[in-house]
Amino acid sequence: MKKNKEVGLKKFSMKKALVYLFLVIGSLASLFPFYYMFVMATRLNREINDVPPPFIPGSELIGNFKKVMSNMDFFGALGNSLFVSVAITFGVLFLCSLAGFAFSKLQFKGKKLLFALVLLTMMVPPQLGLIPQYYIITTLGWLNDFRAIIVPGLVNAFGIFWMRQYIKEGVPFEIVEAAKIDGCSNFRVYWNIVVPMILPAFATLGIIVFMQVWNDFLWPVTVLRDPAVHTIQVALRALNDARQLDYGMIMSGTFWATVPLLIVFLLFNRLFIQSLSEGAVKS
Amino acid sequence: MATKEKSRKLTERKQNALSGYLFVSPFFILFAIFGLFPMVFSFYLSFFRWDGLTPMTYVGLKNFEIIFNDSIFFSSIWNTFLMGIMGTFPQIIVALLLAFALNSALIRFSNTFRTLVFLPYITSVVAVAIIFSLIFNNQSFGLVNYILSMFDVEPIRWNQEYWPVKIAISTMVFWRWVGYNTIIFLAGMQSIPKELYEAAKIDGASIGQQIRLVTLPMLKPVLMFVVFTATIGALQLFTEPFIFLGRGLREEGITMVAYLWRDAFGYNSFGTASAAAIVLFAIIIVITAINLLITNRVGRSKKVQ
Repeated sequence: MKKNKEVGLKKFSMKKALVYLFLVIGSLASLFPFYYMFVMATRLNREINDVPPPFIPGSELIGNFKKVMSNMDFFGALGNSLFVSVAITFGVLFLCSLAGFAFSKLQFKGKKLLFALVLLTMMVPPQLGLIPQYYIITTLGWLNDFRAIIVPGLVNAFGIFWMRQYIKEGVPFEIVEAAKIDGCSNFRVYWNIVVPMILPAFATLGIIVFMQVWNDFLWPVTVLRDPAVHTIQVALRALNDARQLDYGMIMSGTFWATVPLLIVFLLFNRLFIQSLSEGAVKS
Repeated sequence: MATKEKSRKLTERKQNALSGYLFVSPFFILFAIFGLFPMVFSFYLSFFRWDGLTPMTYVGLKNFEIIFNDSIFFSSIWNTFLMGIMGTFPQIIVALLLAFALNSALIRFSNTFRTLVFLPYITSVVAVAIIFSLIFNNQSFGLVNYILSMFDVEPIRWNQEYWPVKIAISTMVFWRWVGYNTIIFLAGMQSIPKELYEAAKIDGASIGQQIRLVTLPMLKPVLMFVVFTATIGALQLFTEPFIFLGRGLREEGITMVAYLWRDAFGYNSFGTASAAAIVLFAIIIVITAINLLITNRVGRSKKVQ
């Protein structure tokens, strides 16, 4: 009897050890490329070209970054990315919550049809219109202009869907009605009553949109040609595309471009993970 | 009094309708300009020859003829499918396993594991492609070539040879997305009521049976969602080959979106690029329809049971 129990116990812990082993391997596989990037960001190109390549950090952390700075306007590109991402995020939050409010709390003819149309637009692959979009942007004279990114970026069907769900469930009808009887206009109801009640939804959608815009590449590389308006992603690609490949410098640029978002993520990892997975599961 | 009340209600209704239309109009106006019009115009453009500067000339179906006679176009379709399969399937299986591991009871540091596994998703695709370009470098100092050299394998030219290109690009996709899908699966698993497992245990189901008979069926909607988004994502693959292959976009790794981008912005051939976009659109519609069909059938068979 006692022996049996011991065998069972051992088998159980074996299984658990395997689970841990698997998770540790998975985590290491996730981490290793970051570590490798860091190592290379601290090495001279000559050292990187050695066989075997270096596996521990070297002394060129600052030296490499200085080279990055002399080859590109690193902080300028970072600032461009930040500007575009913040502008689109706030714009999307405002427009989507406003539309979400209308779709969930206001009565108007054709509401259902219009909402169905919003959902339908989600099915259209964005690359399909790439060339005419480029044509529109050149016609408007917005090439190398942040408006080329920001204005089309404000179209966000998912955001409207998301906000409508949240306002429908999170804002009671009675409150909206009461405010209207007090003589509030619809916009005042939205601004003074609905907005303060949906701040958590703003956080979630804000993170999703910000990440999307920050990491976007196809559209920015198409319409932002002038290095002065490059977002960080486009600038990194330009750095990587140079004829003379200095891997230490390229990795340094990539490393420092990755660090800001990583820090924000590690600080708010629960909120990030929850937001980004919730956004997926609900849709 | 009654009429006043009635008219008040009427104006309120009108007002509601007015604000309603006003509040949803920005979306529709912007979508019309930057979504609907480009889509329609793509069809139009595919019948014209246009370099972006001089006036367009109508050429009928010539653009489609050109791309269908271009072996690189077929390579781009084939590459997209191959890399889609190579990137997606292992990714979903590993993500499922990781989610099972994270969901199993009494795992300590589970939040730490979750965060670490999720980390690659926070990294931009451009950064991922640049890091993996060095890992999959053609020279003998590239990490993978160095590891292979320990097994007496000659250095592989990762961004030039048929299968190595695809392995390298699929690895990038795999690495960036596996943790994201893990978290989605985990969220799905955690929403399964505990009572179902309790009941299964009382009936004497082993852990394997619990996974097969409780977890997987309950996870089906989430699984479908992940397969769906991964498929659409795979069809739109662009940044990884674009960075990894450089300006040339070699035939071994070019994807459909990369092909149309190169035609348009590399060769200034907007007509053929639009034709390629139309074909891509058709392929996406067909794949989506197949996806929906399978999803529906799976949903129905579950109901019958």
